[in-house]
Amino acid sequence: MTMTMMKTKLSRLAMLAGAIPLALGIVAVPVAAQDYASVKAAGLIGEKVDGYVAVVGSGGPELRRVVDDTNIKRRVVYAEKAQALRVTIEEYAFATACTLIAKTTPGEKYQVPDGSWQTRTAAPPVRDARCP
Amino acid sequence: MEALGREAGRSGWWAKAALALLAAGAMTLPGCISVNAPDKPIVIELNINIGQEVIYRLAADAANTVEANPHIF
Repeated sequence: MTMTMMKTKLSRLAMLAGAIPLALGIVAVPVAAQDYASVKAAGLIGEKVDGYVAVVGSGGPELRRVVDDTNIKRRVVYAEKAQALRVTIEEYAFATACTLIAKTTPGEKYQVPDGSWQTRTAAPPVRDARCP
Repeated sequence: MEALGREAGRSGWWAKAALALLAAGAMTLPGCISVNAPDKPIVIELNINIGQEVIYRLAADAANTVEANPHIF
């Protein structure tokens, strides 16, 4: 067997391996669909008043993973900014929440000051009295 | 005369204190304190200490942060 033949066989094998999950329909679509932007738009997660996101209703483990992942990354950003501006992480996160809730689009979920979830409509969102 | 009066005042104070202690003791001895759990959940408001002026000061920076990190905001 020559080297070229071996390479061809190998590439065929690789192609076949790639084709198997496709043929079986086990493409990672449900997982890929549960990214931050899509779950947010679908109202499965909502913006909290404290600058973090949470699962709205009964979410599965995949949804919780998206929420946790987003919140960890957000906290890193909040911590950096808070340190630079000499404020607490909570203060920076809260100020960001004011912006984030204002920026929600109709259909998205957000938390009102009493802690309950609201679906954003065309009307301005109900925000904390301290928000600018 | 004045010293005597002060002495009498002091002893009166002691008598009152002793009586109060006795009364307090008498009140607590037969009683049984029962502690019941509240039927409503305890909500701790963590944002209560955040002032409006600091939020106003951070508003512009927060908006920039949101714009700069669209994958998490």
